[in-house]
Amino acid sequence: MKINLKTLTIVKAHESLIKGDFTAVQLAQAYLDEIEKKNDELHAYLEIYDNVLVQASFADKAIATFKKEKKDIPMLMGIPMAIKDNILMQGKTASSASKILENYTATYDATVIKKLQRENGAVFLGRTNMDEFAMGGSTEKSAFGVTKNPHDTSRVPGGTSGGSAAAVASGMALAALGSDTGGSIRQPSSFCGVVGLKPTYGAVSRYGLMAAVSSFDQIGPIAKTVGDAEIVFDAIKGIDTNDSTTFGKDTYAPKSPPVGQGKKKPVIGIPRSFLGMGGIAESVKNAFRETEKRFKDLGYEIQDIELPANAYALPVYYILNFAEVSSNMARFDGVKYGLHADGKNSIEDYFASRAAGFGPEVRRRILLGAYVLSSGYYDAYYYRANAVRRLITKDFAKAFESVDIVLTPTAPSPAFKIGEKTADPVAMYLEDIFTVTANLTGLPALSVPAGFAESEGKRLPIGMQLTARHGDEATLFLAAKDIEAGTDGMLLAKKK
Amino acid sequence: MISKKDIESLANLSRIRLSDAEKESLAKDVDSILAYVDQIKAAPVDDSRSEAGAVKNIMRDDVAVSISAEDRERILDEAPKREGDYVAVKKIL
Repeated sequence: MKINLKTLTIVKAHESLIKGDFTAVQLAQAYLDEIEKKNDELHAYLEIYDNVLVQASFADKAIATFKKEKKDIPMLMGIPMAIKDNILMQGKTASSASKILENYTATYDATVIKKLQRENGAVFLGRTNMDEFAMGGSTEKSAFGVTKNPHDTSRVPGGTSGGSAAAVASGMALAALGSDTGGSIRQPSSFCGVVGLKPTYGAVSRYGLMAAVSSFDQIGPIAKTVGDAEIVFDAIKGIDTNDSTTFGKDTYAPKSPPVGQGKKKPVIGIPRSFLGMGGIAESVKNAFRETEKRFKDLGYEIQDIELPANAYALPVYYILNFAEVSSNMARFDGVKYGLHADGKNSIEDYFASRAAGFGPEVRRRILLGAYVLSSGYYDAYYYRANAVRRLITKDFAKAFESVDIVLTPTAPSPAFKIGEKTADPVAMYLEDIFTVTANLTGLPALSVPAGFAESEGKRLPIGMQLTARHGDEATLFLAAKDIEAGTDGMLLAKKK
Repeated sequence: MISKKDIESLANLSRIRLSDAEKESLAKDVDSILAYVDQIKAAPVDDSRSEAGAVKNIMRDDVAVSISAEDRERILDEAPKREGDYVAVKKIL
């Protein structure tokens, strides 16, 4: 049978696999065919694995066994997924889209991979393009070429998880894993018209994720629907002895009041003065107003809130990003693994290997990190940024005394043109204005498609961002499903 | 203003060799980025202590874990240069 990949979701594929409409091998083959057709142009994948059909046939056998034993079949069994290139899978290349790891083979499985593969039977199609070491906002900083936005190939897919978002949006994967340091799951999801979740800090183990900014990084799902994102999140979350920041069920549970604090629907908070700061595209403002109206029509209470310290969120974010990046990148020395370039002695080896291996953005951030951490400037930058970070966290905590969700756009504009922002690093950094707060505070945040901008005959998706209390992804899913029901999710993109 | 000499000193601390052209362009970029992040000098601050996450002082038992010969091979194989079971580097002294 012909499988309609455009409208397929994890939920539908799962039902069909159980009913026997198609097998996991047939499903995987359908995706491989689609990749064959589209990946040359979009460049979402850096590599397609050579054992996809083998994985799928394992899933088919497992499905047969589960059926025979009358056991519940895991939702992700046989589901074809894409994995960002900074997540380790034993025996497979993992390069973080960097020349320094171009030939690196992962020596162990990340916890999320173990969970998806061993516990759920998911099928991994390949590894997806990204900004080098998750530094960027457009996937243009990959050492291996830019990924294109499936809605308009002259535009970026966003970043840093641009390959994962483009793969899901173009029907080259049913779902994907990304990682989010300052918006790297949510902003590409917004640009590509898919759903992306940055879980609560510590909800998902980062064991086997290459560290960019350790106090911000989280792995999360990118999917076509909110329900699908929830399925993937449920499969990967949980405490892990290999990541000391992961938390168990009780860490946040008692502090989170029930949804809507006893009211029927969650209360939505809107930081109007923050949104009034300027620089937001008209199309994004329109989509925001429509989303607000939709929430009102559905009986949600809307409240205005103040997040005054948010005005400093971006400078705080970038100072801490530079500092942690410079320290995390120190591990690449041309000795233990990765690219080695020869110098005349062992210290010259470091200089040569790191110069040959790191791209310009990574080099820039390492130097900036060395600057903000140097003894003369530590107090003015790193120390102060951490102190303002705590204020931002307190502002959110105060807001969550009266609301359940904070609503903002995900990004200030729809997808921009390839090359439009590469010359000016500050212009690229401004892309992250709405997303970095969730990483600074550790709060969970989700981007859901909520409208379109018309440009040059193309329809460019626009995402809205919902932020909730620590550990309260459930409220995000609930409210995002209400937005999705009004817009028909990303499938709207295909209707015209 | 960040001088070429400042960039050289940062590059030295960072163990990255830079071309002269890149030193010039980095000085310009670093200047504009620092001008932007300098905004926080005007920000109010919270001087209390806190950690990045909610969980803290998470310890594993202090026991040696042995890894398989295959795992050890995999890890050693990733080293650009190895000699037997050692990672090889240039003579230091």
